[in-house]
Amino acid sequence: MATVTLHNLVKAYGKAEVLHGINLEVADGEFVVFVGPSGCGKSTTLRIIAGLEDVTSGEVQIGGRTVNHLEPKDRDIAMVFQNYAIYPHMSVRKNIGFGLRTSSLSKPEREQRIEEVAAILSMTEYLDRKPAQLSGGQRQRVAIGRAMVRDPAVFLFDEPLSNLDAQLRSQMRLEIKKLHQRVGTTIIFVTHDQVEAMTMADRIVIMKDGHIQQIGTPAEVFHQPANIFVAQFIGAPSMNLMPGRAVAGGLEVGGTMIARETGRTGAMTVGIRPDDLCVTQDKGCFSGRITLLEPLGSETLVYVDIDGQEVVAHADGRNPPALGAVVQLTVDPANLHLFGADGEAIT
Amino acid sequence: MSEIRVSSQSLMRKPAKGPRDPYAVLRWTLLAMGAIVMVMPIVYMLSASIKYPFEMYDLNIIPTEPTFENYTYVLSDGRFLRWFGNSLLIATLTTISAVFFDALVGYALCKFTFRGRTFVFIAILSTLMIPTEMLVIPWYLMSKSLGWLDSYWGIMFPGVMTAFGTFLMKQFFETVPDDFLEAARIDGLNEFQIWWSVALPLVAPALSALAIFVFLGNWTAFLWPLIVTNSQELYTLPVGLTTFSVEQAVEWELIMTGAALATIPTLIVFLIFQRYIIRGVAMAGLKG
Ligand SMILES: Nc1ncnc2c1ncn2[C@@H]1O[C@H](COP(=O)(O)OP(=O)(O)OP(=O)(O)O)[C@@H](O)[C@H]1O
Ligand SMILES: [Mg+2]
Repeated sequence: MATVTLHNLVKAYGKAEVLHGINLEVADGEFVVFVGPSGCGKSTTLRIIAGLEDVTSGEVQIGGRTVNHLEPKDRDIAMVFQNYAIYPHMSVRKNIGFGLRTSSLSKPEREQRIEEVAAILSMTEYLDRKPAQLSGGQRQRVAIGRAMVRDPAVFLFDEPLSNLDAQLRSQMRLEIKKLHQRVGTTIIFVTHDQVEAMTMADRIVIMKDGHIQQIGTPAEVFHQPANIFVAQFIGAPSMNLMPGRAVAGGLEVGGTMIARETGRTGAMTVGIRPDDLCVTQDKGCFSGRITLLEPLGSETLVYVDIDGQEVVAHADGRNPPALGAVVQLTVDPANLHLFGADGEAIT
Repeated sequence: MSEIRVSSQSLMRKPAKGPRDPYAVLRWTLLAMGAIVMVMPIVYMLSASIKYPFEMYDLNIIPTEPTFENYTYVLSDGRFLRWFGNSLLIATLTTISAVFFDALVGYALCKFTFRGRTFVFIAILSTLMIPTEMLVIPWYLMSKSLGWLDSYWGIMFPGVMTAFGTFLMKQFFETVPDDFLEAARIDGLNEFQIWWSVALPLVAPALSALAIFVFLGNWTAFLWPLIVTNSQELYTLPVGLTTFSVEQAVEWELIMTGAALATIPTLIVFLIFQRYIIRGVAMAGLKG
């Protein structure tokens, strides 16, 4: 178990700089998830921690020790890759034991360790199979077993679930989380799926174009997004954004005036989560015509045209309004997210 | 891996039922014609090897008086066995060496970035475009000045590494995802171990194919062994067989007998490695 510290990490491939100064402290035993759109530098950061890529400048510390110049094998980390990287020509037992090849354990000790890991992952009965005879989820479990068997200080996962189908993915998500609770090892997990990030992380690191946008608990990044990018990236469906204008004593948005003190005046962007914007029978803040309905069962997503701007709101799943109807929408002014012209949140 | 994946089903699929397919007749006829063209020389070789000299130039396939005397003659001739042994030794050693080095160099060219990589690769490829007949002169001059003429090493050295094999292996290593190598790196293997115990098994089918090519190429090589050797004891089988025709009159029945015997090792090599090819292909179904 160990802390991981990244200090001013910069990475350039030739002239192209892809990481522009990453700073991060991961506490011992923490489950941190890197999330962000494709190409934002998540994998690069992870691979730098693993030692598979050199840094251009900056410092990587694992367990308080600077590891910039250590080989991957000397960093006391284990990594699980997207396409499993388990060897098709070796049995499950050999695959899991592969990580022990260079360890000082005796043969019976190794065998015992492999059995233990297999038991934790409920793979005992498959130990003598070849990977070709396993399902996708089982293969990923073997890959995780290979990482676990060495009992590393830090686990690194690079999109380990993206090759699995939706159902298996949510199942494995749970299993990894349980595993974390059980072994308590520091985990850094990369994904581009914000649901994965929200459900598993102790803290989420949201990245874009080689910059960290925000670091926070799932609740923090959801309820207090630092900027428009984070606000739109986290949460599905995405937050509605509407142009607004702050005036003395209120906020002008979507053709109406909302009682919300902003402490400043001028143009700003107003964000409203679809969950916070409800169709109501009473007089609401906005009114508009319904252009599309998306029934989800417990609720119905309603696309409403307000003053020429389309927003997503939610309505009761049992008595959804009709397509084309003009409806009233209401929102608690406290739940509005306000962003300045630079995209940063106004608090 | 997907490039070399062939589902086992397609390998084992039974041919379509004849009558339902209007093109089946045409297809089978063409195939049969092709097969006959391919097989005829072999049949003729086998037939000639059991003929007496008097009917050597008759076109009949089945001899009027079949005999195995040619075989006893050739096999009891010490020279034949010696040449056979020479060929076996040389072909085996060059195959091991070429497969090893081709895979090593192909891997380095594929998976490592270093200054001059493209240049090295193109330089290796360019030798593919020069026919053996032209290479023979520099080889000869080189062997002469290094004292390699008329030695096993002299016969073998041009083949200990091949440009074609390097190219083939480089292409196959492209299908091995880097994740495998990096996982092994994290597990603490050194670069040679990664190559040996992770990368090589993943390209086993390509290795088998290469082994077959190289073995056959060396087993049947004629021009260079002929030029570089002087003493009969060092002849390879193809070179030695021609001397059957030089000493007295052309003794075709003996040449054909020797040639028939010479096909045996190639058949064995093919049978051994072909199994690995199919197994390798079937095994390649990684990542569901
Ligand atoms: N070997 C390389 N040479 C040059 N540029 C690279 C190299 N590897 C990555 N990059 C660039 O670095 C940037 C970050 O890549 P990275 O793989 O970290 O993205 P990612 O966040 O993991 O994306 P994804 O979700 O698609 O995996 C990308 O713009 C990519 O083009
Ligand atoms: Mg990535």
